[in-house]
Amino acid sequence: MRTRAVLLGVTSIALLGVIWEGYKAVGPVGGFDLFGVQLLPRTSDIAMPQIVDMVARSLAPVSSAPGSQPVWLAVVIACLSSLATAAVGLAVGGVVGFALALLMLRFRLAEAAVFPWLVLSQTVPLIALAPVIVSWGGRVQIGDFEWQRWMSVAIIASYLAFFPIAVGALRGLQSPTTAQQELMHSFAAGWRASLLHLRLPASVPYLIPALRLGAASAIIGTVVAEVSTGAKGGIGRLIIEYAQSGSSDPAKAFSPIAGAVVMGLAAAGIVAVIALTLGRFRRTEDAAL
Amino acid sequence: MNSTLRLRVVPPIALGVVALVAWQVLVVAADIQPYLLPAPSAIAAQLIVIAPALWSAMLATGLNALVGLVAGTVLAIVLAITASRIRFIDQLLAPIIAAIAVVPIVALAPVLTNMFGATSETPRRVIVTIVVFVPVFVNTLRGLRQVQPVQRDLLRSYAASRWQLTTTVTLPGALPYIFTGLNIASSLAVISAIVSEYFGGLQNGLGSRITSAAANSAYPRAWAYVFGAIILGLVFYSATLALGRLASRRR
Amino acid sequence: MSAVVATGVVKTFQTGSGLITALDDVSLTVERGEFVSLIGPSGCGKSTLLRLIADLDVVTSGSVEVFGKSARQARLDQDYGIAFQTAGLLPWRSVTANIELPLQLHGVDGPARRARASELIELVGLGEFATSFPEQLSGGMQQRVAIARSLAERPELLLMDEPFGALDEMTRERMQSELVRICAETGAAVIFVTHSIPEAVFLSDRVVVMSPRPGRIRDIITVALGDARGESLREETSFFTSVTRVREALHGAPGSDVGRGLDAR
Repeated sequence: MRTRAVLLGVTSIALLGVIWEGYKAVGPVGGFDLFGVQLLPRTSDIAMPQIVDMVARSLAPVSSAPGSQPVWLAVVIACLSSLATAAVGLAVGGVVGFALALLMLRFRLAEAAVFPWLVLSQTVPLIALAPVIVSWGGRVQIGDFEWQRWMSVAIIASYLAFFPIAVGALRGLQSPTTAQQELMHSFAAGWRASLLHLRLPASVPYLIPALRLGAASAIIGTVVAEVSTGAKGGIGRLIIEYAQSGSSDPAKAFSPIAGAVVMGLAAAGIVAVIALTLGRFRRTEDAAL
Repeated sequence: MNSTLRLRVVPPIALGVVALVAWQVLVVAADIQPYLLPAPSAIAAQLIVIAPALWSAMLATGLNALVGLVAGTVLAIVLAITASRIRFIDQLLAPIIAAIAVVPIVALAPVLTNMFGATSETPRRVIVTIVVFVPVFVNTLRGLRQVQPVQRDLLRSYAASRWQLTTTVTLPGALPYIFTGLNIASSLAVISAIVSEYFGGLQNGLGSRITSAAANSAYPRAWAYVFGAIILGLVFYSATLALGRLASRRR
Repeated sequence: MSAVVATGVVKTFQTGSGLITALDDVSLTVERGEFVSLIGPSGCGKSTLLRLIADLDVVTSGSVEVFGKSARQARLDQDYGIAFQTAGLLPWRSVTANIELPLQLHGVDGPARRARASELIELVGLGEFATSFPEQLSGGMQQRVAIARSLAERPELLLMDEPFGALDEMTRERMQSELVRICAETGAAVIFVTHSIPEAVFLSDRVVVMSPRPGRIRDIITVALGDARGESLREETSFFTSVTRVREALHGAPGSDVGRGLDAR
């Protein structure tokens, strides 16, 4: 079963590669445009490098400067840096989001006032604020503490991750049935005991998808913010940088993209591992018969 | 009746008003620099100043989002119907869908610009299409799959054809799910349309206006464009919501 | 001291369509060690009365005393155990952990908890399933765990709200025999809400027949079928006589117009 899934995954990726090269082979050389709107890309090696070239380029050094590392290494280092920043953002956003969920759980008024805004915030592009937040970098100084560029990136990641986690956490904490709540009441369990023994375990099936969404949001926020800042060290910077030499060195631009894809998959993988360790809490109540 | 309305509508609105007033007071009283947080009054003033430019930027971004939304939805529904019929297609698509859902698709923007040319709107629309595709596909497939066995048995007892089953039970049953996917996709469409502008290419939409305003230190103006972006997002979301309500009322 | 003394209990609910009187001047005394069933059609207030005794709800007027204390104090002192129609087991806890839950909440240490839990697991006959999870058990088995849990603190009062309602008839009868055995061993008083006349008669010392709109006690029937309640009891004449008495109290005698349209299985 597992091998079948892996085989299918590999086949899908191979299929994408086949479509790429296939289009290059048989597609119109100048692309295809309809009333000035470019619908299909040009098939030249400049516009669409061959996959073989992409791989080869990733193994070669970044530039002709002496001591330049291979492209793939530069990409990996940048990815790790971005992942670290995203992780900080996710942690901050997660903690704040969960705390807000607890507040909304405790105080009905807080929930009534805040929750609609939380739901609304998921439908609007708050990421549009990224360039503005980014400009805090290097300008804010509170005493000895100087605002680093990467902190702006982390802040953007954190507030993108914050909303799905707050919503998911509240839904999960409110998921126990009335019967279960009354059971705890009959045991004379207080709010804190009920939270620890009933609501928190019951919220796990809701927290995991929220965490997945939060992680993906944090990564997108990180990449976008890095592009806005031009923050050194992150994968966003590399994506822009390598793409700028697109006319002369088209194959190089694909490596950081592959890196970003792997980064997203790695984050999803980490969340999946976390989900596995919490497997006990994802059982259902339904009887076997 | 009145009291429940009061309980659900008044607190959030009250919070919004209080927050707005507190924002204004805080900025003025603590003399917060505009690059950190401009006053709402300054932002409002800018909104009036940039109104025509804001409108054209909203149109440009909105059009990209709309084209991508439509293209992605159509593609997703077609493929979902295919996948629900042919298991092999479903199994082949599943890993790709799962991967797309967790990776930052906007990273493709620069490469797409190289492919389609720097003066084309297509790269952004392609990104929006891909981003929209996933939630619509996943939700549509789920909706197509949830035909209740009892309904399927009923139609079989009527000796109904496969096509009749699809049109009378499966598709109508899947409709709410499709609209759920469309709801999610609508906000994602606007977000992706804006974000893909940060990666270069044409500079005629909201995203690029925000970046250039920030770069020129015109922060109230940047926030005014952000406000426009939020309005655009709300418009798309409410439009799909209204569409969904309309479709469910018809039945 | 009696287990439960309810005096002039009135419970009203304010709903969108007006005031509903769930219980109207209900008085009942349950002695220690006594098994009392509450039976009646929907809306007669039997579950409401149970919830008032359990302090899951508050009386509008009148009083409820449990072992001489207020219902609230009795709950805080954990003087009773309760079982609902849905077993309400926490799905992430094993059978043992579910039974240990009240003990854990009240600060009983690990070894003592485990000892008590295994005692109870044996009592309800689930010895092989100590480490299983609720989703691996059948409905009847889940209910047995719920009953074991309700006995964890050795309460002298058990409150049960249609605990066998969701089970099929054969499992139901088996569970009833089990319950009789368990009650004999623990000596607790039991207040048992049910829809089923045979069930009420099989289990109880007294059957309280209630009527709806507003909820009142119509009659209290002493059953007293003796201490030997084996399976054969269901086929004895004394059993059928008592069932008939309860049924007539519920519906009125055949041919009379009293209670037409009420439903009690």
